Amino acid sequence: MSGRHESGERGSPYAPHTAEETEAMLSAIGADDVTELFDIPESVVFDGEFDIDERTEREAERHVRGLLSRNDDLTEFLGRGHYEHYVPSLVDHLSLRSEFLTSYTQYQPEITQGFLQALFEYQSMLVELTGLGIVNASMYDHATALAEAALLAARVRSTDGDRVLVPDYLLDQRRDVLENYTDGAGLSVETFATDDGNVDTDALAEAIDDEAVMVYAENPTTRGTVEENVEAIGDLADDHGALFCLGSDPVALSILQEPESVGADVVVGDAAALGLPTAYGMGLGLFATREDFVRQVPGRLVGASEDAADNRTYTLTLQTREQHIRRERATSNICTNQAWVALRTAIHAAYLGPEGLVDLANDCVRLADDLAERLDGISGLKAPVHDRHHFREFVAHTDQPAKAVAEDLEAEGFAVHAVGDHEVQVCITDANEHAADDLVAAFEEVA
Amino acid sequence: MKYDQARWTDGKTMEGEDADGQYEPLLSEKNSEEVEVESPLPDELTRDSVELPELSEPELARHYTRLSQMNYGVDSGPYPLGSCTMKYNPKFTEDVAALPSAGVHHDRSDRSLQGSLALMHGLQDYLAEIGGMDAVSLQPPAGAAGEFTGILVAKAFHEANGEGDQRDEIIVPDSAHGTNFASAALAGYEVVELPSGDDGRVDLEALEAAASDRTALFMLTNPNTLGLFERDIEEIADIVHDAGGLLYYDGANLNALLGQARPGDMGFDIMHYNVHKTFATPHGGGGPGAGPVGVVSDLAEFLPAPRVREVEDGDGKYERFEPESSLGKVHGFEGNWLVLVKTYAYIARLGDEGLTDASAKAVLNANYLASQVDYEVPFEPFHHEFVASAGDQDAADVAKRMLDYGVHPPTTKWPEIVSEALMTEPTEIENKDTLDQLAEAFNAVAAEDDETLANAPNRTTARRIDQTSAARNLRLSWQSLDSEE
Ligand SMILES: Cc1ncc(COP(=O)(O)O)c(C=O)c1O
Repeated sequence: MSGRHESGERGSPYAPHTAEETEAMLSAIGADDVTELFDIPESVVFDGEFDIDERTEREAERHVRGLLSRNDDLTEFLGRGHYEHYVPSLVDHLSLRSEFLTSYTQYQPEITQGFLQALFEYQSMLVELTGLGIVNASMYDHATALAEAALLAARVRSTDGDRVLVPDYLLDQRRDVLENYTDGAGLSVETFATDDGNVDTDALAEAIDDEAVMVYAENPTTRGTVEENVEAIGDLADDHGALFCLGSDPVALSILQEPESVGADVVVGDAAALGLPTAYGMGLGLFATREDFVRQVPGRLVGASEDAADNRTYTLTLQTREQHIRRERATSNICTNQAWVALRTAIHAAYLGPEGLVDLANDCVRLADDLAERLDGISGLKAPVHDRHHFREFVAHTDQPAKAVAEDLEAEGFAVHAVGDHEVQVCITDANEHAADDLVAAFEEVA
Repeated sequence: MKYDQARWTDGKTMEGEDADGQYEPLLSEKNSEEVEVESPLPDELTRDSVELPELSEPELARHYTRLSQMNYGVDSGPYPLGSCTMKYNPKFTEDVAALPSAGVHHDRSDRSLQGSLALMHGLQDYLAEIGGMDAVSLQPPAGAAGEFTGILVAKAFHEANGEGDQRDEIIVPDSAHGTNFASAALAGYEVVELPSGDDGRVDLEALEAAASDRTALFMLTNPNTLGLFERDIEEIADIVHDAGGLLYYDGANLNALLGQARPGDMGFDIMHYNVHKTFATPHGGGGPGAGPVGVVSDLAEFLPAPRVREVEDGDGKYERFEPESSLGKVHGFEGNWLVLVKTYAYIARLGDEGLTDASAKAVLNANYLASQVDYEVPFEPFHHEFVASAGDQDAADVAKRMLDYGVHPPTTKWPEIVSEALMTEPTEIENKDTLDQLAEAFNAVAAEDDETLANAPNRTTARRIDQTSAARNLRLSWQSLDSEE
C-alpha cells in the first residue's frame, strides 16, 4: 500500500494531487480554494454528510467479502435463462487486460483496433452459429434483445399490424420487459398455447393473422425442451408476413437446427452462457438478423474497412442508426452495452473451437437425459415431465409440493427451481455435473 | 510524450504503397475448421456442421494479447473523453466481483442470498443518500436504460393521476445527450426540444413556453453538457412542477457534484446514476455499466421489481419485494450485478471524504487544464468538464491528430452549441504533470496546419480509417469478407 494514500491526508485515494500541486494549479487558475470553482447557489448546496465511512483497500475488500460471505454455499442446479458453463482461466486473464477493460466505445477506431477486431470476431462466430448475416455488439440481455426484436419487426413490416405472439412458457420477466419496451410503439403481446413443452402449431395457426408483426419461440425452451417445430413456426410466420424470432444461446446453437435454415429472421438470447459464470442474471444480449434489415438494427455494428495506408481495419459503422446521431429517430436508445462480455464470449468460443463447442452442447443433452432418468427412478418423482428431448434442463413432477421439495433440497445444500405446485426444474451442465450423485441422493431423501 | 502504438501485421504487402497487410490475422484465417455435428439428438433436430476457429491455448493467448496491445484504455494514458468520466478503475473491485460468493444465481431463495441482498440494500442506501433520493432500483443495466426506466416511472405516476394520455410530451434541452431523446421516443413520447439560452443554460422563458399540461417530464443534466451549473434550478423545478410535470436528472455528470449538491435537494424527482462514470466501474470497451434509478418517496411505489428491504423484526435479514404499483421489469434479472458489486466496493472504499474529494479534484483538474489550453472555451464557469472550440480547425481532425501525441482525445462536435466542440473531462485521476502533457498535446495540435491534421494519425495501429467505405461496402463478418474476395 503506497504510503502516500495512507498518510492521513484524507481524500480520494485515486486522485494523485500533492498539496503543492493543488496549490500550484489553483494559482494558475487564479483561485484561492477549490470551493471557489463551484458555481452552485447557496440554497442548494449540500452541507451534510452521506455518513459513509472511508476505508483502506484492505478494509473495503474485507467488508465486501464479509457481506458476500453471508450467501449460503449452495450447489446450484439452476437455469431458466441464466446458465453457467466452466469458464477457462484464459478468459479472465486476457479479458482483464487493462487495455481492454479500461477502454470505452471505439469512437476513435485508429487507436482501438484490438477491441474492434475482437468484436468483429464475436460477430463472425455468431453469424456462423445463427446462419444470419448480421450480429450486433451488443444488447443488454436476452429479455431486452427480445424486446428490440419486436421493435425491429414493427419497423420493417409494411402493414400496420401490432400483434406480437409469444408462447405460454415465456418467462414472466421476459414478457414484462417485452411489454414495457413495446408499449410506446403500440404493440400488444399475446400468448399462444404450447403442447407438452413445444409450440402447438395448431394453436399458433389459430392465433396468427396478418396483424401479427412477430412470432417468438425458443429452442431450447425455457422448460428445457428441444423445439421440434421450428420449421413449421417459421412457415406460419412467413405465410402471414410476420417475422420469426427465435430465442437460443451459442452453446445450443452449435448443434440445434440452424436458425436461418428454418426461417428465423431474428435470433436473440443470452450469449453469456459462454464467457461469464453465474452472475445473478447478468448476461449479454445476442441479436442476430438478416442482412435485409441491417439499417434497422439496434446497437453497435463493427465493420471492416481500409485505412489511409490501404490496410484492412475495423470501425463502428452505420452509426447514423444510433442515438448519438439520429436522436429520437434512432433504432434504439442503447449506448453503453455489454461489449466486454462479448469479448469474453468470443474468447471462450474460440477456446472451445468447433469440436469443443459441439462436445459441450452434446454433454448438455446427455447430462440432462441421464439426470432425468435417475430422478425418474426415485419414488415421488417423475422426470422429465415433457416427452421431448432436453437441453441442459428439464421439469420434474413431484408428488410432494414442489416448494417443500426445493426447500428441503436447500437444507441439503442444493438449489433447484420450484416452477409449479408440483413441478421442479433442474439444470445440469459441465459446471455442476460433479455434484449430480449428491443431488440424486438428496432427492432420494426429500422427494 | 512520445508514443507509437503496437501494430502486428501479417507482413504481406497489399496494393497500397505503405500497406503491409491486415493487422493481427483473423482467427478464422489462422485455422478455421468445419466439424460435422454428431449428436445424441435425432438428425432432423440438429444442424449438419459448424465452422469455427480451432486454435491451441497458447496461440489464443498470443492473439488476444496482441489485440490488447492494439487498444488504448485509461491505464494506457490520459482519456479525457467528455461526458464519459473515464476514471481509474480500482483493481480490488475486480477481485471482489470475482469472489465465488458473488457468483450466485438470481432465482435462489432470499434466505440463501443474504449476502447479495445485504450488498444490494447497502447500495440502494448509499445511492439514495448520495443523490438525495428516497428509493432506488438497481435494475437498469446502463444510463440509457435508467432514463427509460425513469420515464416509465413518470408515465406510471401520470397514469395513476388519470393524466396518462394527456401528458404525452417530454422536454429535452438541445444540448442533451442523444439517449435522452431516444429513450423518450422509445417510451412513446413526443420530444419537445428546448433551445439553450445565450449563456448555454436553460432559457427560463423558453421553458415556460414549452411546459404545459401535456408535459410529462423535463430531462436535464446538471451541470449540463457544457459543464455549467444550472443556477436557476429551483425556478426550473417550479416551472415544471407548476405545469404538473416531473423533473428528471440525467446522472452522467454527477462526478461534478459529489458532496457539493444533491439532485434531490435541487427539486429533481427522478434520476439515474451512471455508475460506470461516477463510481469508477470499468467501461469495458463499451460496457457493461449500470444505471440505477432513484426517486422521491411519492414515486417509490412505481419502481421496477424487485427491490430489497430489511425484513421487519427480522434481525437484520433482507428480502426482495415488489413495489406496490411496480412498472414491472426493464431487465430479465437484476441488471449488471457484477458492476453493482464493484460500485458498492468503490463507494465503501472512498466514503464521504473520498467522494467529496473526487469531485473537488475533478473540477480542479478541468479548470486547470482549460487554463493551460490555447483553444477558446466559450462558456464558463464550468465544473468537471469544459467544451473548447477548435475554431477554424475541424474538431474531428484535431482528435485524430491528438492520437499521435499518445493521448485519447476529447469528445468531439457535441454539444452543438459550441462550434467544432472539444468536450474535455480529465477527471480527478490525473496529476499536474499529466495535465501539462495533455495541454501540450492540445496546444501542439492547435498550432498545426489543416493538412497535418487531415493526414493524422500516424502513430496508431491504424492510419485514418475510411468510414465511407465501411458503410458503403458493408463487411460485418468473416463470411462477408470471404464473399467479397
Ligand atoms: C449526458 C449523458 N447522458 C446519458 C448517457 C447514456 O448513458 P449510457 O451510455 O450508460 O447508456 C451518457 C453516456 O454516454 C451521457 O454522456
